[in-house]
Amino acid sequence: MVTTALTDLWFGFGVALEPHNLMWCFIGVLVGNMVGVLPGMGPLATISILLPLTFGIPPVGAILMLSGVFYGAQYGGAICSILLNLPCHPPHAVTCLDGFPLTKQGRGGAALGITVISSFVGASWGITEMIFLAPVLVTVALKFGPAEICSLMLLGLLAGSTLARGSPLKGVAMTVCGLLIGIVGSDIETGTPRFTFGIPNLFDGVEIVALALGLFGIAEFMKSVNQLSEVDTKYTKVTFKDLRPTKDELRRSWGAMFRGTIIGSLCALIPGTGPTIASFISYATEKKISKTPELFGTGMIEGVACPEASTHSSVQGDFIPTMSLGIPGDAVMALILGALMIQGIVPGPQLISEHPDIFWGLVASFWIGNIMLVVLNVPMIGLWVKLLAIPYKYLYPSALFFVCIGVYSTGNDMFQVGETIVIGLIGYVLLLLDFHPAPILLGFVLGPRFEENFRRAMLISRGDSLVFIDIKDHPISAFFIFLAVLLIVVQLYVRLRKPKALIPELEMNAKPNNIAPVEP
Amino acid sequence: MFQTLLRKRDFYSGGLMTMLGAGVTLDSSTYDVGSLTHMGPGMFPLMLGVVLTFIGVLIFGTALVTPLGEDEHILPRQKEWRGWFCIIAGPVLFIIFGHYFGMAPATFMCVFVSALGDRTSTLLGSILLGLAITIPGCALFSLVLHLPFPIFRWGF
Repeated sequence: MVTTALTDLWFGFGVALEPHNLMWCFIGVLVGNMVGVLPGMGPLATISILLPLTFGIPPVGAILMLSGVFYGAQYGGAICSILLNLPCHPPHAVTCLDGFPLTKQGRGGAALGITVISSFVGASWGITEMIFLAPVLVTVALKFGPAEICSLMLLGLLAGSTLARGSPLKGVAMTVCGLLIGIVGSDIETGTPRFTFGIPNLFDGVEIVALALGLFGIAEFMKSVNQLSEVDTKYTKVTFKDLRPTKDELRRSWGAMFRGTIIGSLCALIPGTGPTIASFISYATEKKISKTPELFGTGMIEGVACPEASTHSSVQGDFIPTMSLGIPGDAVMALILGALMIQGIVPGPQLISEHPDIFWGLVASFWIGNIMLVVLNVPMIGLWVKLLAIPYKYLYPSALFFVCIGVYSTGNDMFQVGETIVIGLIGYVLLLLDFHPAPILLGFVLGPRFEENFRRAMLISRGDSLVFIDIKDHPISAFFIFLAVLLIVVQLYVRLRKPKALIPELEMNAKPNNIAPVEP
Repeated sequence: MFQTLLRKRDFYSGGLMTMLGAGVTLDSSTYDVGSLTHMGPGMFPLMLGVVLTFIGVLIFGTALVTPLGEDEHILPRQKEWRGWFCIIAGPVLFIIFGHYFGMAPATFMCVFVSALGDRTSTLLGSILLGLAITIPGCALFSLVLHLPFPIFRWGF
């Protein structure tokens, strides 16, 4: 089995090293890094804005470019959080705790250098995991019938919506809304138009680009306009000589890096616990086993190394269920899956065997892309630092143009732009009411397949809804349902007798706080 | 009691979800629901509608039992009417100008108007930003990416 995996990987490198694929990967990493560095632009907004650009590219190139955008944006976000104390992406909230003090001490460059190394270590482990774990998962998943797929999706949706930030109840509400938005359009079996309000443009359903750009573009801009404090670039003079950490810093980071990596990959195995939770747990662990826990928060290099390593290893781990089962763990993965579907590729366990070039090319490109990221950041750091100083008032109007033209280009139809505006307005109302719109995307992407499998499962069982928990005939499905119930029970238990101080603190830190105070 | 309830965020969140759920439930029963074995197009939305209504009621319930948070507002403390208006107006103008005059005027209006939403922006600064985005933007999308969207047109 190891040899098959290695030959497949070899094939993947062949695909990823083809000049045009290499070029798309490079463009993705470069643009992702560039946009991700800009204050106030998280990976979700970056990917949604750049998604329309990939439509004209063949599927392999498109997916390589998008994942390049993703980890590029993530690394760009790390620069922004370490140098400016502005976490645009929730997992980086932890990195700020020690990264920004280091910057104030003039060691910001070293913190960035350590970030590069730890993200590479974390990602490499995650990729290795993907190479060996994904094919195993696929062999199991290929035996799944509609009932099993349905239960697994239910579990994935529940985990994705309740373990994310904010109130679990509201998360579930958002997921259901996403499923409902996924219903808009013609019914798959009978062709009956549903929830289209008589508008013919909606018969094909809501465009994923319009949904993503409305929720993570327009709504976010409305939230952040005039709210971002003036960016303080006092500490951001970093040249590429500063990137090199001292021997002592490096020596202290190794252990933290490996522990973070392991924690991240463990978190990736539990559906729904994305990089945010992984980074929190690893930071807490590091603090606990440290000889000087009281120094955390004052600029410990370990406090930068461990969350970054765990974030990256858990992100790579998140690709496993996304690519092998077709079930995304969070909104970013849902977007990448959506991009695959736009290219006409059906996600699911058959993906690896039907499109080996996409899967193995993607795996290989992760490595190539991560190396590119290292190579790119060393000489370009000066430029990134200059980008940090771009004020938001120039940024959001430009981004709005990309939103409009991007949505227009999906169907050369102004109707889609209008759709985005409406979704953006609704999204902002939801944000005001303390809903987090990310699970909407999860529900939207999974919705149609969920319904299809549900209907099929019920048809096969002749209307017996107990088929999902039938231990004798469908033990796997029953197991998934059991896990889902367990998930709810545990959450209720934790909520009812929670250590009250802990959860609000976690939530407060985990918010994608664009308006985090810049310390004087 | 009722006064404090009206200031709670969850009062509106729960209410909104309940109404949405009820609306979906009612609307989906106009489609063919079918039976459990042979589900019609209305069955799945019907189930979702019922679930959403239920969750909405639960959220509403949390609003009743939890005390009012200090500093709980529906709208943010600073009302950014100008910013909100400009951000929405930008894309709306993009649609109108794009339909009648083409890509370049649409881009300019979109960037120019939305840039006015920032409190520190000036008319001149916004015009310059508009031009700075329009020229490379149109070059990129029209000449490089060949988007079928004329730079100028007269669409009346």
